[in-house]
Amino acid sequence: MKYKNILIILFFFIFPNKSFGLIEVDITRGNLNPLPIAISPLSSDSSTKNELSKSLNVQDVGLEISKVIENNFRQSGLFNPLDKDSFLQKPDIAHLKPRFEDWSLIKAQALITGKVTYSEDKLRVEFRLWDILAAKEMMALAFTTVPKNWRRVGHIISDKVYERLTGEKGYFDTRIIFVSEKGPKTQRIKKLAIMDQDGFNTKYLTLGNELVLTPRFNPTNQMVTYLSYFRNLPRVYLLDIETGIQEVVGDFPGMTFAPRFSPNGKKIIMSFAMDGNSDIYTMDLENRIVERITNHPSIDTSPSYSPDGKFITFNSDRSGYQQIYIMKSDGSNVKRISFGKGLYGTPVWSPRGDLIAFTKLHRGKFYIGVMRTDGKGERLLTENYYQEAPSWSPNGRVLIFYRETKTDSKGEGFSAKLWSIDLTGYNERLVETETDASDPSWSSLLSN
Amino acid sequence: MIISSGFHFLLIMIATLSLPFLAKKPIDLPPLVSVELIQITDKTNIPFAPKAKKIIEKVKKEEEKLVSEQAPPKKVKKEKPEAIPLPNENNEKIKKLEEKKQNPEKIDDEVKQVSEFEKKEIFDPNNIAALIDKSKEQLAETNMQTDKITQSQDQNMDISGLTLSEEDALKAQIFGCWSIPLGLPYNENLLVRIKLKLKPDGSVVKTEILDHARMNKPGQGFYKVLAESALRAVQLCQPLRVPTTGYERWKDLQLNFDAREMLEG
Repeated sequence: MKYKNILIILFFFIFPNKSFGLIEVDITRGNLNPLPIAISPLSSDSSTKNELSKSLNVQDVGLEISKVIENNFRQSGLFNPLDKDSFLQKPDIAHLKPRFEDWSLIKAQALITGKVTYSEDKLRVEFRLWDILAAKEMMALAFTTVPKNWRRVGHIISDKVYERLTGEKGYFDTRIIFVSEKGPKTQRIKKLAIMDQDGFNTKYLTLGNELVLTPRFNPTNQMVTYLSYFRNLPRVYLLDIETGIQEVVGDFPGMTFAPRFSPNGKKIIMSFAMDGNSDIYTMDLENRIVERITNHPSIDTSPSYSPDGKFITFNSDRSGYQQIYIMKSDGSNVKRISFGKGLYGTPVWSPRGDLIAFTKLHRGKFYIGVMRTDGKGERLLTENYYQEAPSWSPNGRVLIFYRETKTDSKGEGFSAKLWSIDLTGYNERLVETETDASDPSWSSLLSN
Repeated sequence: MIISSGFHFLLIMIATLSLPFLAKKPIDLPPLVSVELIQITDKTNIPFAPKAKKIIEKVKKEEEKLVSEQAPPKKVKKEKPEAIPLPNENNEKIKKLEEKKQNPEKIDDEVKQVSEFEKKEIFDPNNIAALIDKSKEQLAETNMQTDKITQSQDQNMDISGLTLSEEDALKAQIFGCWSIPLGLPYNENLLVRIKLKLKPDGSVVKTEILDHARMNKPGQGFYKVLAESALRAVQLCQPLRVPTTGYERWKDLQLNFDAREMLEG
């Protein structure tokens, strides 16, 4: 028996069966076209429509929510929302069971359907995400909120779908704080303002009596730090958006500026200038202890923490020209990382941790660019006559900055607007604001 | 000791005989030949050089001469029997035909062998079935020969997988269908391997993600997104542009989706 088995094994060794090896094909390229997505209006019954049109002054809140999602996706540059006129299936039926053939016919690869109901003064919104080509449901969620939050519901749905389809967190349920500007350049009225990332729900936080600059969000809560020239003394302030209470950060004998929060929101890092020298300091917001980080006769400013809080990037003219440096958070191991032609400033560490965004001035033009944290791989994303102050979206994919332009063909007049650009450099868009705007700062996600 | 040596020798022999890569010869790559592509019109409009013209005319004349001097093909008059001859008559006819041969050394009284032509001439309705059978045999033999060539081609293909042009056609098709999720990090090891079972027309019967377990692991959101985008690309592209022959060779196919090159920019 034993010999028989050995013989059988030997037979297969000596006369192996002919079989074809599995052919492998490497796919290393694809298209960068935005994903075609159909966003069906969220269905609602007539009683819901009537109730909500009275309380919100919105005719069809389901349709409006779908428009919020559509606008977010179009702005992202990663999705191509399809025209609603081409939809073959009604929203209420599509939400129950979409006819994938119909959606495939209009070249949709993903579909969002949903339903809005109103009862006991609460708005309930449910949605489903469908994979058209695989003919299956990818996710389904429901939210209950007060009716006036309907736009936020649209942003939250956008974030959930974005994360499911791209793998990274979204950035739609966020706010942007900026400096609202009005009037001629010599008598500019500057107010602190806040709005949703899509430009809606603008609110003004200061009256415009003092000059305000460089507002920055706390990454963990609704606190804001900014520079104000209250009584003509430039100082860093803290403002709680929810309560409206503000206070001066520290009692410095000179000018403090360029503030920014640490990643855990417990410290403020800023520049302090006295006797022509500017160095970087931190202040602990709990015990108010101030710590000097740099000590150099040059101008060190625009500090920004790495997301893990272990490193700081800043710009300094210690080499003779303004360049970008990084150092450990205690101020040791200072290392220059920018070596290109021109001047580099306003470095901001990406929330992902892999890149540093900056403003570059070279041959009379301003560039917004990114480089790796070792200074390699510099990429200039956009170029213009005057633009600066990039701020990262919370997922580290998009930058918002402001750009000043001449308003007439003679090169006269002046306008400042907010613009956004993604890391590819192709998706550059104007961010609509009620007034002129500068110094934007992006909040973290509100619904974490 | 002897048994051990014997077994070692046996194993070496088995390995040599059964493992094909040991016997595989290195691929002899021909030198690269650069080819300039030009557009060819139906008629040339470039005048011949005087010397070349003379030579061409001479060649043309010679060709004409050859054609005119060539004897017309000899018409073979088929002798159709009015009636089916008897066996004896047949033999006499064969004898007569044999006598027509030039300088026959020896003419046997008994017919031992006849040419195929003559065989055809000798019409035997009882033999039709046999003739048909023979033609079938010939056809089968030809088919077998053709099959042999294809199989040997297949064996060659087996070594190299798809040819470059076949692979390029397939890649180009999938490139167009694959919308790369741009939110993916470029510095992570994201390679999605999908095994496909295909029909002869290139439509997809079955897809299988080889690292499927990774799909549902926490912290592998990027992998899941990439895998889903790859599956969408396959669905969108089908039927795939596969070769028209050699189905056995490519009925199972593995696509390795790697977006790093694109994401790094």
